[in-house]
Amino acid sequence: MEDEKQNIVTLDGNEAAVYVAYRVNEVCAIYPITPSSAMAEFADEWSAKGIKNIWGNTPEVIEMQSEGGAAGTVHGALQTGSLTTTFTASQGLMLMLPNMYKIAGELTSAVFHVAARSLAAQALSIFGDHQDVMAARTTGFAMLAAASVQEAHDMALIAQAATLRARIPFIHFFDGFRTSHEVNKINFLSDEQIRAMIDDDLVIAHRNRGLNPEKPFIRGTAQNPDVYFQGRETVNVFYAAVPKILKEEMRKFCELTGREYLPVKYYGAADAENVIVIMGSGVETAAETAEFLASRGEKTGVIQISLYRPFPSEDFIAAFPKTARNIAVLDRTKESGATGEPMYQDVMVTFMEAFAKGEVSAMPKIIGGRYGLSSKEFTPAMVKAVFDNLQSETPKNHFTVGINDDVTNTSIPFDPSFKLDESGWTQALFFGLGADGTVGANKNSIKIIGENTELFAQGYFVYDSKKSGAKTVSHLRFGKKPIKAPYLIAKADFIACHQFNFVEREEMLSFAKDGASFLLNSPYGKTEVWDKLPLKVQQAILDKNIKLFVIDATDVARKTGMAGRINTIMQTCFFKLSNVLPPEEAISQIKHAIEKTYFKKGRAVIEKNFVAVDRTLENLFEVEIPKQVTAVAATPNGSAMKNAPDFFKKVTSIMIAGYGDEIPVSAMPIDGTYPSGTSKFEKRNVSNRIAVWDEASCIQCGNCSFVCPHSVIRSKFYHREYLKDAPEDFKSAPINARGFPETRYSLQVYLEDCTGCNLCHEVCPVEERMSGNKRAINVLDKPTDLYSERKKIGFFENLPQNDRPDVNFSTVHGVQFLEPMFEFSGACAGCGETPYIKVLTQLFGDRLLVANATGCSSIYGGNLPTTPWTKNANGQGPAWSNSLFEDNAEFGLGMRMSADKQLATAHQFLEILKPELGEKFVNDLMNAPQNLESEILAQRIRVQQLKEKLLTMDSNEAKHLLSVADQLVHRSVWLIGGDGWAYDIGAGGLDHALASGKNINVLVLDTEVYSNTGGQSSKATPTAASAKFAAAGKRVGKKDLAMQAISYGNVYVAQVAMGANPQQTLLALREAEAYKGPSLILAYSHCIAHGIEMNKGLRQQHLAVHSGYFPLIRYNPVLRKKNLNPFVLDSAKPTISLRDYAYNELRYKVLTQTNAGEAEYLMNLAQEIVDLRWKTYEDMAGLAASGFQPVY
Amino acid sequence: MGFNLRSPLVVSANPLSQKLENIVAMEDSGAGAVVLFSLFEEQIKAEAEKVEQVVQTTSYSFAEAADFFPSLADYPLGAGQYLELIRKAKERVSIPVIASLNGVTPEGWIEYAREIEQAGADGLEINVYFIPADIRLTAQDVEKRYLLIVKMIRDAINIPIAVKLSPYFSSVGNMAQRLSEAGADSLVLFNRFYQPDFDINELKILPNLDLSVPAEIRLPLLWIAVLYGRIPVSLAATTGVYGARELIKYLLAGADVGMCASSLLRHGISWIKEILRHLEVYMDEMEFNSVESFKGSMSQQHISDPSAYERSNYIQIVEHEAWR
Repeated sequence: MEDEKQNIVTLDGNEAAVYVAYRVNEVCAIYPITPSSAMAEFADEWSAKGIKNIWGNTPEVIEMQSEGGAAGTVHGALQTGSLTTTFTASQGLMLMLPNMYKIAGELTSAVFHVAARSLAAQALSIFGDHQDVMAARTTGFAMLAAASVQEAHDMALIAQAATLRARIPFIHFFDGFRTSHEVNKINFLSDEQIRAMIDDDLVIAHRNRGLNPEKPFIRGTAQNPDVYFQGRETVNVFYAAVPKILKEEMRKFCELTGREYLPVKYYGAADAENVIVIMGSGVETAAETAEFLASRGEKTGVIQISLYRPFPSEDFIAAFPKTARNIAVLDRTKESGATGEPMYQDVMVTFMEAFAKGEVSAMPKIIGGRYGLSSKEFTPAMVKAVFDNLQSETPKNHFTVGINDDVTNTSIPFDPSFKLDESGWTQALFFGLGADGTVGANKNSIKIIGENTELFAQGYFVYDSKKSGAKTVSHLRFGKKPIKAPYLIAKADFIACHQFNFVEREEMLSFAKDGASFLLNSPYGKTEVWDKLPLKVQQAILDKNIKLFVIDATDVARKTGMAGRINTIMQTCFFKLSNVLPPEEAISQIKHAIEKTYFKKGRAVIEKNFVAVDRTLENLFEVEIPKQVTAVAATPNGSAMKNAPDFFKKVTSIMIAGYGDEIPVSAMPIDGTYPSGTSKFEKRNVSNRIAVWDEASCIQCGNCSFVCPHSVIRSKFYHREYLKDAPEDFKSAPINARGFPETRYSLQVYLEDCTGCNLCHEVCPVEERMSGNKRAINVLDKPTDLYSERKKIGFFENLPQNDRPDVNFSTVHGVQFLEPMFEFSGACAGCGETPYIKVLTQLFGDRLLVANATGCSSIYGGNLPTTPWTKNANGQGPAWSNSLFEDNAEFGLGMRMSADKQLATAHQFLEILKPELGEKFVNDLMNAPQNLESEILAQRIRVQQLKEKLLTMDSNEAKHLLSVADQLVHRSVWLIGGDGWAYDIGAGGLDHALASGKNINVLVLDTEVYSNTGGQSSKATPTAASAKFAAAGKRVGKKDLAMQAISYGNVYVAQVAMGANPQQTLLALREAEAYKGPSLILAYSHCIAHGIEMNKGLRQQHLAVHSGYFPLIRYNPVLRKKNLNPFVLDSAKPTISLRDYAYNELRYKVLTQTNAGEAEYLMNLAQEIVDLRWKTYEDMAGLAASGFQPVY
Repeated sequence: MGFNLRSPLVVSANPLSQKLENIVAMEDSGAGAVVLFSLFEEQIKAEAEKVEQVVQTTSYSFAEAADFFPSLADYPLGAGQYLELIRKAKERVSIPVIASLNGVTPEGWIEYAREIEQAGADGLEINVYFIPADIRLTAQDVEKRYLLIVKMIRDAINIPIAVKLSPYFSSVGNMAQRLSEAGADSLVLFNRFYQPDFDINELKILPNLDLSVPAEIRLPLLWIAVLYGRIPVSLAATTGVYGARELIKYLLAGADVGMCASSLLRHGISWIKEILRHLEVYMDEMEFNSVESFKGSMSQQHISDPSAYERSNYIQIVEHEAWR
């Protein structure tokens, strides 16, 4: 027992696991994927800093282009004798499967650390369950499950020790998010303990099994029917030995640390009759509940499976209390069509075999159930429900718990009010915004308490799925007894609301215990605030005797120079009110933490934070609670949802309100199909500052509307007669065109959807002289009277949409009158990607098929509850789907193939039915041009006529033709994704799709990093920029994907940056669509991962182009066919240096702070690259047509 | 400032000293000392604030991305880079390395001055770049501000202090004397202020700062000549040292050193060699054995008609102009 020697730390499961993995490996091949990315990030960062493993050398870390690539690299490094690891989850693990069979088949010692996550089925989910690891259970890897943060730390080491002995590779896994992201207080392994567990002789043996030309052999042969089978059976003894080896390593570990583990461990009553079998984070919940019930006399127990493969049958039977009669096996996975979930089958077979062999005297009753998919809560109440089910006369088998399955009635009911003894814990909930630092401050509080006091601490953080105005809820527990509660807080002693507007829309106080404290960041003081609270909040405060405290943290932050950052201030209030620590000690600890955080930022910054802390308490007030409510019931705001489809009202609105857990199976779409255009009903009101149009000075150029990332700026022109019915103050101006005296122009801001990003203001060319910074569109305080604003929007929406044939598609000015069919997404405020998508939908939305690679664009484009892809008044609009990350090019190509095939089928049946339909009509349907909007409209009319005729015909041919008639309107197929897809994981597929010659259009939203997973380097990351996995600055140049595609000759290629030249963006999109072959558009997309103020995003685009870093080009094979130079350089010679552009961005600047010399060297190198690329492009622009390869 | 310099030409604060290699080149070209580019407290704070803002608003916002930059907490955002440059410069060159500081708050002045001393700087130039645009401030307020800063820093650090001051005091000489009493070891005459220009078509302010020209030496020349020998501090003349001619004039007026920046920005660091070569030629021609032998020989004290530096000088010029 060396507990007292051990360090106590608070960290999350990812860090706990990778700390060990890093210390016992030599090579890491990595790739980012949620929720495992942090493991790879830590490993990379430590390697960059030269942190050593236990043998005193720095592990080599390499980011690969995909998890498939990572697994291949791992395999290669293992085969040459290096201790090698990787970190992954979900789809990443799926891509590793082929290599895993090889690694296991070759009896290779290795541990893969997996933050277990759902698989993409009817939908993607980033959250935790065991679907991914269960899909890997046939690979031959041993599988070791950690149930907590401490176990993730310990099992990482035990797995490594065991694999070296057993020669069977291990998956060490823990539950994604619930364990990978839970912060908890753990005993930290010392280097001595780690060293003691790793036998160097085994390491050397592993090394000696590696390929070596000095003593060569061949491994990886191809075998024939004569011997493959026997070869496969050679490994059996190794698998048989794993449970014993693991037990021995666990025993050794226990001797070193005092922490006891077993492959199969039992908790609960010694004479239990009802036993749950479970693995992963659910173990703690189940075990604590079983023990709680046992303490009340119930005969309940829990079996924890740590070693799942090879399944430890003997240990399993031995661990069972002999009294057990009823067994429920809980699987956190789903295997459709199976006789039961995997662990259920294992348990069933194990018992049956034991019974057959006479090792058990009677077969217990065994049932299986599913729980916790996609991080669905798994609570003591659910565990109790499982025990209740188990004890019932006719227990439900193949049940589900935690949901309401009202279709196949698999679910068992549970009583949410059932709780374990939570006394002795302080439980606190914090409601904040992603951007206000609430989560960061809470992590800090856990560290303060966890590492400086005897108290145990736990933190878990829940985020919504939006990237702008995202809500966070922090769940913090503190107490004198260890905190094993891997589920959310249901009843809190302390609730903090960091944003006053949440009181209107969040049911925060439903989580409050009687007598709880409620801290509110409020612009209203202690005497005014009560009357500003909604009725339900007032009522809850009175009903539950809640103590209410207010602070105007925003004001304190402003006055103390904290630039609006309220997190430290709110943290101070928490410590003052929660009494977790004596207030003086808490303040001193906060200050200590501030010093630690900012010690490199200078004394002044530290002092400023100190002042903020000191000023906090004098501004914190308890509110005297009146005896009764004073607020009146709010009028239900039905205006936004009034026109929403039924599905939205019955399902989506429930999700938005935060009650998605209560939606029954019957309400859910069966195949992942959801209605388009639901974001418009959500009205998130995320910003208090919104765009306001000044009709007097506006020149109606359309720039603001063009760049608006959230499509909140719309324009229409219309006859002035319409204004007769206009609501008061509806804004309108004479159209800025000669010859239309009766035509008016209106620009409408959808203020409830505006994020206040300011891009519209930045791009507005109207600068009013001597008026400060006033332009024709300005970001100002949002009006309080939303009702009249909604009326104006309603009026605007009822103005006729301008006819597409009447609009000039070739100008930014014209495009503003086209209806966007991508609107109000959850993308970041000021997003650099979404404006391109929006314009795409304005141009071709009514006939658009979109294949969307996984990433930011699939999240803001397709993450429930609401989605932004919408349709026009005729019901036409983009049809959108996301397959995976790696396959998007192939997926989109498939869409094109299908569209072409069905068009051919339509032509086939038109030919057959020509006599009945009429020759000219059929010829027009088949051959009429569809280049202009008027021509497309004419074709739509013909198709409509065709459908009407076909409905009157009663033939098989007519039915077939009817089913494919829509294909007669030309379909525009677009493959959309980020640079992570196009440059890395999907590069092979993209290359192949471009080489296919098919009429696909690719739009790469190039942010030059993996934006969605946190800014990891891709092959689009430029030289000299820092990114995760390139912390020391990217040394290799950005791949010139444009040139790669141009090399095919027949691919249309463009590089665009709308902040530099929106007209060129427009031209490129239209040319790409018009080109009948493959097209590739690389769109510079500024991003929060660049470390910029997002309102400066367009300016950065401008600078990127004017520095020559991102030249605007168009390569059009059509020109080559006309014997013209197909390569057009659209940007002028660079007028500024690269550094003038780059050093406005933190991603470049960080290196100047960490390694100024290297930054200088890399910047010079990058400038050279820019100069060379520019010269190459310039030369190409000057070539004759014959300088380019001919096009078929 | 008590340094024994190998040449009377010192590089004044300018962007060239942002690079270590340039500092080495300055030494190689013969500079007597180098004053590093100015550390602006306001700028550091604004920068740190911006970074904090960017980092905070992007950290822990989404389930998939805890943050977006590699371990930013480790990056020194304060004066770290500047201090690092001092350290590295001290390792590479043997001439005195003098830091230059422009503070805003009392804490800022003291904190950075201490850090600069700890980083190994040989001296500190206090660059009180301050325009009293608030018209409520009296002349006394402005003077007090200068004196307070000097006293504050004198109490905080032990390395020599130079004060770069403005020419816009009602009594420059008296101010110089009081600064000396407050603890300045050296005075740098004078600071050139940012004087904005206008774009009359765009109606915008143009943030230009033109490089200095030789004609600008007159004002510092006057005051060096007046102050020489009167107060116990070394005198450094800055502004307008285009070539040896201006340097020589300053030395004749009584400057211990002449400082150059604009000419180096125009001609490159090796221009120092040119200036020094011409200085040597001049000294040979004039048969001066050392700089000391002619330093101050044209100062107010040493010329036969001291009033030439006062009103009569002005009258002469006016009359002369009238005759032309």
